[in-house]
Amino acid sequence: MYLLKALEGSIELGLLYVLMALGVYISFRILDFPDLTVDGSFTTGAAVSAVMITYGYAPFIATFSGFLAGAAAGTITGLLHTKGKINNLLSGIVMMIALYSINLRIMGKPNTPLFGESTVFSAIPDGYFLFIVPIVIVIFKLILDAFLHTDIGFALRATGDNQRMIRSFGVNTDSTIILGIALSNGLVAMSGALVAQYQGFADISMGVGMIVIGLASVIIGEAIFGHKTVFRATLAVLLGAIVYRMVIASALQLNMNAEDLKLITALIVVAALILPKIQKSIGQKRKMLERIKEVNSTVDSKGRDINA
Amino acid sequence: MLEINHVTKLFNANTVDEKLALSNVNLNLAPSDFVTVIGSNGAGKSTLMNIISGVLKPDDGNVKIDGVVVNKLHEHQRSKWIARVFQDPMAGTSPNMTIAENLSIAYLRGHKRTLKRGLNKEKKLYFKEQLERLGIGLENRLNANVGLLSGGERQALSLLMATFTKPKILLLDEHTAALDPSRAELISNLTEKVVKEFNLTTLMVTHNMAQAIQLGNRLIMMDKGQIIMDIPPSKKKGLTVEDLLHEFAAIKGEELNDDRVVLG
Ligand SMILES: Nc1ncnc2c1ncn2[C@@H]1O[C@H](COP(=O)(O)OP(=O)(O)OP(=O)(O)O)[C@@H](O)[C@H]1O
Ligand SMILES: [Mg+2]
Repeated sequence: MYLLKALEGSIELGLLYVLMALGVYISFRILDFPDLTVDGSFTTGAAVSAVMITYGYAPFIATFSGFLAGAAAGTITGLLHTKGKINNLLSGIVMMIALYSINLRIMGKPNTPLFGESTVFSAIPDGYFLFIVPIVIVIFKLILDAFLHTDIGFALRATGDNQRMIRSFGVNTDSTIILGIALSNGLVAMSGALVAQYQGFADISMGVGMIVIGLASVIIGEAIFGHKTVFRATLAVLLGAIVYRMVIASALQLNMNAEDLKLITALIVVAALILPKIQKSIGQKRKMLERIKEVNSTVDSKGRDINA
Repeated sequence: MLEINHVTKLFNANTVDEKLALSNVNLNLAPSDFVTVIGSNGAGKSTLMNIISGVLKPDDGNVKIDGVVVNKLHEHQRSKWIARVFQDPMAGTSPNMTIAENLSIAYLRGHKRTLKRGLNKEKKLYFKEQLERLGIGLENRLNANVGLLSGGERQALSLLMATFTKPKILLLDEHTAALDPSRAELISNLTEKVVKEFNLTTLMVTHNMAQAIQLGNRLIMMDKGQIIMDIPPSKKKGLTVEDLLHEFAAIKGEELNDDRVVLG
C-alpha cells in the first residue's frame, strides 16, 4: 500500500515535469541548442507564480505569467547567442546565473510558501488528479505536435537540422532560434510553476540540475519508446519524464540516500547515451562476422573462388 | 536581370593572410541567360556566388537585381529571388524531415511563414506531380525522411526545391561534383531540363569543361579573382575543349594546369 502511494506520487510529479522535458526536447533535440537557461527559468516560473498567488492573483493567471517570464528569459538567451554571437552553452550559463539573482529579487527571499493558498490543483476534486492532469498534459503535447507541423514549426525544425538550407529559403534563423528557445523556457517555467503549486512552495534552488533531469527524461523516453516521427518523439518525452520519476522513487524506496539522487541522474544520462552505441557496435560486429563467414564459404580451401 | 559592378573582395585585409578573392569583377546577365563558370581552384568562383547570394558582402562595388542595388540585403532576404544548389548533397535539404516537409519549406520561398498547417492534401498532390519530373521514383516516397536518400537522390530533390517556385536567379556551385559519373549525368540533364522549363537565369560553376560547353548559352572563365574570358552565345555553339585551352594559353601565356579540371 505504501509502495503504491509512493508510485502514485511519482507519477503525479512526473506529469508536472513533462512540460519541462518537452521544453528541453525543443532546445536540445529540435534546435540542437544545449540550453542551460533551464536551471534558472524553472525557478523563475515557480517564483513568479508563487509570488502572484500570494498577492491574490488567480492561479491560472499566475501560472501563465510563469510561462511568459520563462519565455522572456529564453528570448534573452536567444538574443545573446544570435545577436551577441556568444556560444550557445555560454549564453545559457550566463543567463542561468543572472536568473539566480533575478529569482531572488522576484521572491524577495529564498523561499515562498504557498500553504493555505488556492492553486491550480485546488480546482481538481479529490482523487481526480490522475484523471484530469494527464488529459491536460496530453493536450499540451498535441498542441506542440500541431505547432511543429505548421509552416513556422517546419522552419524551426529545419533550423536545428540545417541552418544553411533554411536560410537559403528565406528564413531568418536568428528569429527561429530565439522563438524556439523562448518557447522551450516558457514550458520549463510553466512546469516550475506547477511543481511549486503542487509541493506548496517555491524555492530558490528548486531548478538546480533541472537540465540534466530534462535530458534524462528525453533520453530515457527516446530509448524506450522510439522517436521516428515528431508525434512519437514528444510521446516518448512525455512518458520518459514519468518513467524518470518512477526510477527515482524506486531508488528512494531501496533506501538510497536522497543526496545521491543527482549522481544517479547523471549516471542514468551517461548510461542512456552510451548503451545504444555499444548495442549498435555489437550488432555491427555480429553482422560483419556473418558476412565474413558468407564470403569465406564462397572460397574453397585452396583460396579459389568456387563461383568463378 | 543580374548586374555585378566593380565587385572586389579582399579577405583578411592588411594581414599575412590577405587574399584578393575578387578583383573589380563586372558581369551582366540578361533574363534567361544560362552562364557556365569555369576556372582553377581558388579563382574566386564560390566567392562570386556567395557575394551574389548575400552570404558575403562585397568590400567594394555592388550587386543589382532588376536594377536595384541589393548590397544591404541579407541572404535570407535575397532568397526571394535567388535559389542555390550546393556541392555537398547534404547542404540543400533537412535530413530529419520528410521529402514532403522539405518541399513544403521550399514552396514558401519569398512568402511569409505562418501558423498554417505546413502540409495538406492539395500540397502533397502538387509535390507528387513535381517529383515526377525527376523521374527517379521519389514521388512514391513523400513521407520518407530525406536522410534516407542517396546523395544523387538528395541532389535531385535539392535541385527541384531550388527551382520549382521559379526564382529569378539560380546559382549552382559544382552541384554535380560530389556524385559518381552516372548520377552526375542525371543531375546535369535534370538541370538542363528544369532551367529550360522554368526559364531561369542561371549561373553554374563546374570543373567539368565538357559540361561547361554542353550546358548553357554563355561561358565565362575566371582566374585569380578576375573574369578572363567571356564567350557570348554567338560563339558558344561549336566550342570545343581544345578551343578553350587555346584561348586560355593565349590570354595567360601559360598552359592551363589544374588537376581538378576535367578535360573529357
Ligand atoms: N572566408 C574566407 N576567408 C579567407 N579567404 C577565403 C575565404 N573564402 C575564400 N577564401 C580564399 O579566396 C580565394 C577564392 O576562393 P573560392 O572559394 O572563391 O575559389 P573557387 O574558385 O570556388 O575554388 P574551387 O574551385 O576550389 O572551389 C581562395 O584563395 C580562398 O582561399
Ligand atoms: Mg568553389
